[in-house]
Amino acid sequence: MRVARVALPGTVDEAVAALSETPGAQLLAGGTDFCVEVNFGLRRPPAVVALRRVRELRRWEVTPERVRVGAGTTYADMGTGELAAALPALAAAARTVGSPQIRNAGTLGGNVATASPAGDTLPLLVALDARVTLRGPTGERSVPVSEVVTGVKRTSIAPDEVVVSVELDRPPGPQQFLKVGTRNAMVIAIASAAVVVDLEARRVRVALGSVAPVPLRARAAEDQISDAVDWRAPGGPRASGAALAMFGELAADAASPITDHRASAAYRRRAVQVISRRALERCVSRAA
Amino acid sequence: MRPEVTPAEAGSVAQGAGEGVAETGAVAQGAGEGVVGAGLVQLPPYELDVNGSRRTVEDAWLGESLLYVLRERLGLPGSKNACEQGECGSCSVLLDGVVVCACLVLALDAVGSRVETVEGLSATAEVADIQAALVDAGGVQCGFCTPGFVVAVHDLLRRSPDAGDMEVREALSGNLCRCTGYGRILDAVRSVQSARQGVRRSSGAAG
Amino acid sequence: MPPGSGAGIAERTLGGRLADRVGDNVRRPDGGPKTRGEFAFSSDLWMDGMLWGKTLRSPHVAARIRSIDPRPALFVPGVRAVLTAADVPGRPTFGLEVPDQPVLASEVVRYHGEPIAAVAADHPEAARAGAEAVAVEYEPMVPLVDPEIAIGADPIHPDGNVFRHLVVRHGDVGATADVVVEGSYEIGMQDQAFLGPESGLAVPAEDGGVDLYVATQWLHVDRDQIAASLGLPPERVRLTLAGVGGAFGGREDVSLQIHLCMLALRTGRPVKMVYSRDESFFGHVHRHPAKMWYRHHATRDGDLVKVEARIVLDGGAYLSSSNAVISNAACFAAGPYRVPNALIDAYAVRTNNPPCGAMRGFGAVQVCYGHEAQMDKLAAALSMDPVELRLRNALERYDRLVTGQVLTGAAPVREVIRAAASHPLPPPPDPAGPMMALPGGAGATADPASIRRGIGFAVSMKNVAYSEGFDDYATARLRLEAGLEGEPVATVSVATAEVGQGFVTMAHQIVREELGVARVVLAPANTVDVGSAGSSSASRQTWMSGGALQLACAVLRQDLVSRAAELWECPGAACELVAQGVLCTETGERLSVSELLARGPLETVQEFHHRPTQALDSDGQGDAHVSFMFAAHRAVVDVDPELGLLRVVQVATGQDVGKAINPVQVTGQIEGGIAQGVGLAVMEEIVVTEGRVRNPSFTDYLLPTILDMPEVVATVVEEPEPGAPYGAKGVGEPPTISSGPAVLAAIRDATGLPITRAPVRPDDIALA
Repeated sequence: MRVARVALPGTVDEAVAALSETPGAQLLAGGTDFCVEVNFGLRRPPAVVALRRVRELRRWEVTPERVRVGAGTTYADMGTGELAAALPALAAAARTVGSPQIRNAGTLGGNVATASPAGDTLPLLVALDARVTLRGPTGERSVPVSEVVTGVKRTSIAPDEVVVSVELDRPPGPQQFLKVGTRNAMVIAIASAAVVVDLEARRVRVALGSVAPVPLRARAAEDQISDAVDWRAPGGPRASGAALAMFGELAADAASPITDHRASAAYRRRAVQVISRRALERCVSRAA
Repeated sequence: MRPEVTPAEAGSVAQGAGEGVAETGAVAQGAGEGVVGAGLVQLPPYELDVNGSRRTVEDAWLGESLLYVLRERLGLPGSKNACEQGECGSCSVLLDGVVVCACLVLALDAVGSRVETVEGLSATAEVADIQAALVDAGGVQCGFCTPGFVVAVHDLLRRSPDAGDMEVREALSGNLCRCTGYGRILDAVRSVQSARQGVRRSSGAAG
Repeated sequence: MPPGSGAGIAERTLGGRLADRVGDNVRRPDGGPKTRGEFAFSSDLWMDGMLWGKTLRSPHVAARIRSIDPRPALFVPGVRAVLTAADVPGRPTFGLEVPDQPVLASEVVRYHGEPIAAVAADHPEAARAGAEAVAVEYEPMVPLVDPEIAIGADPIHPDGNVFRHLVVRHGDVGATADVVVEGSYEIGMQDQAFLGPESGLAVPAEDGGVDLYVATQWLHVDRDQIAASLGLPPERVRLTLAGVGGAFGGREDVSLQIHLCMLALRTGRPVKMVYSRDESFFGHVHRHPAKMWYRHHATRDGDLVKVEARIVLDGGAYLSSSNAVISNAACFAAGPYRVPNALIDAYAVRTNNPPCGAMRGFGAVQVCYGHEAQMDKLAAALSMDPVELRLRNALERYDRLVTGQVLTGAAPVREVIRAAASHPLPPPPDPAGPMMALPGGAGATADPASIRRGIGFAVSMKNVAYSEGFDDYATARLRLEAGLEGEPVATVSVATAEVGQGFVTMAHQIVREELGVARVVLAPANTVDVGSAGSSSASRQTWMSGGALQLACAVLRQDLVSRAAELWECPGAACELVAQGVLCTETGERLSVSELLARGPLETVQEFHHRPTQALDSDGQGDAHVSFMFAAHRAVVDVDPELGLLRVVQVATGQDVGKAINPVQVTGQIEGGIAQGVGLAVMEEIVVTEGRVRNPSFTDYLLPTILDMPEVVATVVEEPEPGAPYGAKGVGEPPTISSGPAVLAAIRDATGLPITRAPVRPDDIALA
């Protein structure tokens, strides 16, 4: 008879140790993806290391320049209060995840480690060049999120590593997250876009979700619009209607969507074009 | 006195062991050395804190959700199984006071946490007005989603007693109902809010 | 006593008058237990020593089965039985109308998810592992998935590919008129998506039979199908209704019933089976997808002259109730309008797609999208107001349908249209309001300045109860006896499936109304104590089981009077039932019901049949239906044209109900039915590609949430239906029929696009 090994660590170090000591052990965070796979017979874990009791994973620090969000921070935590004030686009993304029940359980670390193309927080993380801290038996490493999420549900996280936290810059300026789904709540993204305006660096960043195997930056769109914006305009940055439209088109050009049962590739391309432009229109005003 | 035999009682006929379900668990029956199928890995006994009682779970499999353990091992079938993926809210429970889907909690991960189910909340009567309002307003038809709504409405009104229409809708957007179209449920929530506001005003505890 | 419990209701009276009678707002007796989690649904059943059942289903859409080897499954620890087609003791097939579907497939599989084997094990996970271990060798075949091609293709089943071809020829089929509009329409496959998955518990009995506790819509027809396949006489298969978590047509067909009973009889142990949500999508029939072509002819004044239609319903791999669904589609193809000439060519076809059958609205839903889009097209061609055009052509009492049937009952078509049209419109979209209230909802995608609002209108009709000569009946047993304190107690036994619609409440209301007895006990519904009630479908139980119960009450009322007359040795004519007793008008003597029952209980069993109907003849003509319900819907929809996202803001309705027996419940049926209609219009679809179901989960089969549900404003039109108990028609189906077509009309109004397909997808708007 095989008896299950289950570890309920209280610290990250205990979690890392349990993970190394238990062959085949799988990490369990909020459970909102993990348990679906178990319930559907697609995942049959021989052993589990559950992270819910690791208090240090659920802490966050906010400074004027950056935010460090513990991997165990739930979507509900991100959607309100200090974190929401610091990173409004992350809050907006978190509020679109699943249902209130899911948002109470699911975590930022889980969203990164699951690496779904439709992971709702990932576009903003990519737009902000977030770094992910991973801890394994030999210590910690900090890796850009775009190097962590490498493919559809594929990551560069080693089997013995735990996601500890995500560090994000807080560039001064507005930020937006928009998500398209065919229901007005509790829906998987058909397409999403995060737009961040950095008033200091005079750069616009845009990242897209659900239109490629991994969330991606639309660099050509960023370059075009960053040059086109009048950063010194009284009352804040401003861009022409043509420049805004071009921004949407270049964003759509960056996408490499697929057709599936949720939407066609053509629609996804259209959707990111529209929502990238609308997100930016909420950040910069349209020149007359 | 219960003069009417409702279908609830009709169904209960088959419930057999009733309350004693927990200890005997379906798995234990004649399984010899325990159930170890292709993906079945047995757990040592563990304890859960459910509705204020310590309950022992034996012969369990690692992959069992909190929902399965509540329903099939602890004799608490009030939380319903409708989607197994957190997309309907029928299995809503409070885990350490926070509303979650029991189908997406690995049962063993609830060790050391407080679990409150619709049965536990009903016993304390703090949701009695919500339950009565749902019946009075016609918010109950087939009733499969109802326990989940009771838990979700309770959670909402505790956090935000005077929530407006949009806040109520957003808070309940994870609970699907296929029968009512939600109209009568929203009516019930509004009537509980106004009754509780009346109580708060008359007791001088308002605001 | 907690509010809402049965006893609470029994003891309430209003101003001395017995409360909770016909026409009152009555609380459900099962409401309290349901809110407390105490009500036992079929998936809540539990028995000592029970096993768990699991079905192995075909991963292929179409394949020959070369071999099935159950032995590997038996090596999975905990597995107790593995059954295949070879183990079916009796008839190897089942089916609602014709037994054309194998209980377990043995030679060929005809749809994705067809059952191959049934497994019982000690634990659900062991059962799942056991099912996976069954070794099946398939030889995949090219599936036949296009119903148009299937009509002429080699048969994929010995019974052929065309379930039914029905042609309605009415009046002068060669007629035409000055204004002609034409269009093609397509409807996707909707799922009932009841929240309580298929489930049940089968218990082997000492007499070699089996007791099955199950959620179903029709106990007796399940029993007959189970008994045939088990090779048992029907009386040794005893069904009891367990709590039903919604139905909407999806529980009319047998799903797990026979498998469960086979497993219980083979293992000698109780066996429980609960479908997971994905299995539920494979385990029951769906609403037929439809392809429709229409041509309407009208005079320049707007009078309909002729309707032509070609309707093809994809019935999937097995018959289920396709023959009746296509009959409805043909009968109601022209909508609730006066149409002197019609030519309607209707097919229900077998393909390798998932089987389709009953769902709320039953054939009337699909064609309503067609005839209502055509009415709008016609209104545009005539430069006429769409509501005006509908009023002008609305059916009236004594008009003839395209099937030649004369409308002899209440037909308040104009009243429901006017009621729906006269509700105040909602305020315009608020650009400063919450993003959540705009199209796109939580995703915050809306650009308030680009939202366009549309208003659409649609009207529908649907029959009540069964049609085309089917002997439709329901049975009620009613017993009156003295309770512990001598008080009269009425016990109602009906096999009526309470699926959420509220018959539990109605049974109390009818007995109180008819007999003035306050204490009413509704016995468990089963196949042992009483005969068939027919199914809880076709909006029929108010009429049918209500009628049977009313009849039983009338018999016992007469028995009470006779008993009093006997005691008084007085001619019965002089005695009459008054409040709570019998009065002799000659002597003024009075006996209470309690006093009369002190002499022993009274009991009766009554069957209620609605008046006979006729099968449609070879020209699709005949008095096929007993009664008709009408409804009109006006939808207000906000559309984000660039993204193709939308929000249904309001649905206003007028509905013909005959009589509202329990108004609060009628409102619930209207709102809930509209939710399902709106769902089909804007998001609900089982996506099937080459016969393969792509979205068997609540993640991807989207049901409207509380944030998607519009405000509903309803007017109930009460014009009593002659011949119907209390004049009440059904209420369940009409809200689901024209609400969706009204939404599509509103989207057309907002966007100017043709929108010919439901559900409308963002692509259809944004990329048009």
